[in-house]
Amino acid sequence: MEQKTDRVIITVLGKDTVGIIAKVCTYLAQKKINVLDISQTIVQDFFQMMMIVDQTNSLVSFEEYVGALEALGEEIGVVIKCQREAIFEQMHRI
Amino acid sequence: MASLWEVHETNQMIEKENLDVRTITLGLSLLDCAGSNLAEVEQKIYDKITKTAANLVSVGESIARDYGIPVVNKRISVSPISLVGGSACKDSADFIRLAKTLDKAAKAVGVNFIGGYSALVQKGMTKADEHLIRSIPRALADTDVVCSSVNVASTKSGINMDGVRLMGEVIKETAELTKERDSFGCVKLVVFCNAPDDNPFMAGAFHGVTEAEAVINVGVSGPGVVKTALESVRGGDFELLCETIKKTAFKITRVGQLVAQEASRRLQIPFGIIDLSLAPTPAIGDSVAEILEEIGLEYAGAPGTTAALALLNDQVKKGGVMASSYVGGLSGAFIPVSEDQGMIDAVRANALSLEKLEAMTCVCSVGLDMVAVPGDTTASTISGILADEMAIGMINQKTTAVRLIPVLGKGVGDEAQFGGLLGYAPIMPVNPYSCEKFIGRGGRIPAPIHSFKN
Repeated sequence: MEQKTDRVIITVLGKDTVGIIAKVCTYLAQKKINVLDISQTIVQDFFQMMMIVDQTNSLVSFEEYVGALEALGEEIGVVIKCQREAIFEQMHRI
Repeated sequence: MASLWEVHETNQMIEKENLDVRTITLGLSLLDCAGSNLAEVEQKIYDKITKTAANLVSVGESIARDYGIPVVNKRISVSPISLVGGSACKDSADFIRLAKTLDKAAKAVGVNFIGGYSALVQKGMTKADEHLIRSIPRALADTDVVCSSVNVASTKSGINMDGVRLMGEVIKETAELTKERDSFGCVKLVVFCNAPDDNPFMAGAFHGVTEAEAVINVGVSGPGVVKTALESVRGGDFELLCETIKKTAFKITRVGQLVAQEASRRLQIPFGIIDLSLAPTPAIGDSVAEILEEIGLEYAGAPGTTAALALLNDQVKKGGVMASSYVGGLSGAFIPVSEDQGMIDAVRANALSLEKLEAMTCVCSVGLDMVAVPGDTTASTISGILADEMAIGMINQKTTAVRLIPVLGKGVGDEAQFGGLLGYAPIMPVNPYSCEKFIGRGGRIPAPIHSFKN
């Protein structure tokens, strides 16, 4: 099955701290990865964020920014994970 | 667009509940490798496997990275070797050379198992079939990743009791030749009734003769996901229970469908089937027995177990069928003993006997799987256990299989260690009374009356 779009879901999980969204977005902007949607919640100081991004014009490959964001997550003290959107659409939509 | 809740739920399943794709199995026909010169056959087999499966492992890994879901095993199943080697192999030693070729090719492409060292003898044995079957103990002892299976019965043909008797001896000899590793060879050997042509799960996978040149079959897993979902409906009635299992099975299978389609696209090999089995591992929280406990049993094996397993198996199928365009293989709930911590605990607590396991195999997707028995169990007793299981499959028109390990040098109260996903197993007691005269009769048990449907 061909993917309709080149969308990727970035999830960030961890203890809330100043500037998490800013740091992730700065990196994405540098690499020309477009943020389509952001939602986030904080439950008992636990930060949970999900971003939907479009990587069509990305300057770097999927593999490269997955690695870079993982490293960035370690720096901030959160876990950053990137997955192609299809897995969520497949599982939850008929 | 995906919502935060959906993303969270999926990732919980992967990270906390052991959701994974258990195997991407490349089914590959080797029928065109047949010939009368053994060296040429070996070369053709090696070349075809290493060429077709060259990217299998890397594609599996790239899919795992893209979707953030583990793809645990990458495997290959090939045409039954008794057919491929039929004209080139003059004796068992020749067949062992083909086993070693499979082993070498599988290692070259990096898969962790290759299945298809097999013979289909439900009605009768050719000379080649017999040579292959007699070579199995040595072939399994001398190779690392080759898996073997023999189909000795079917609803359409009845039970080949000569085959059953021979397989009892083969299992014993396999145990003997690998006794220094807790008779590990038997872990790679399955005896079938109604074996499916498109099963992606080892050790019983082979590429059926009616299959295409090459196909991608995918086996999903996820007992932990079902168990967690059932925790939220504790005390609810059976309708709620069944609905919950069905919905969960649907979600799990959809992931398998996605992975299968992607693997098929990236490898440019047609998609075959999804096997929507709940396949446990020894990891805590990855157990079918724990689902049975969550349904309301103190231990797997308690009264009610067969009914609970029957509903589980059926609901998994109902949920999964809609999630995939092609479902096949074994599809249902596996009940291996050594690969499931809850089953191991049940045996240790004396809650689960071999006889209860046999009853459970009437309603599960496979059969007596990864059951360790005392090393002094006779070949005829093993054949008797095989015959019982084959009869269940034949009469109920379902696949049944036996993977029995008579652990040489060990008895009831001891434990056998197989390592990794194969786990460990307490040795289970076997009924001590003899069936030697029954097994000694020879010949075939005719096909049941309901096989005549023409």
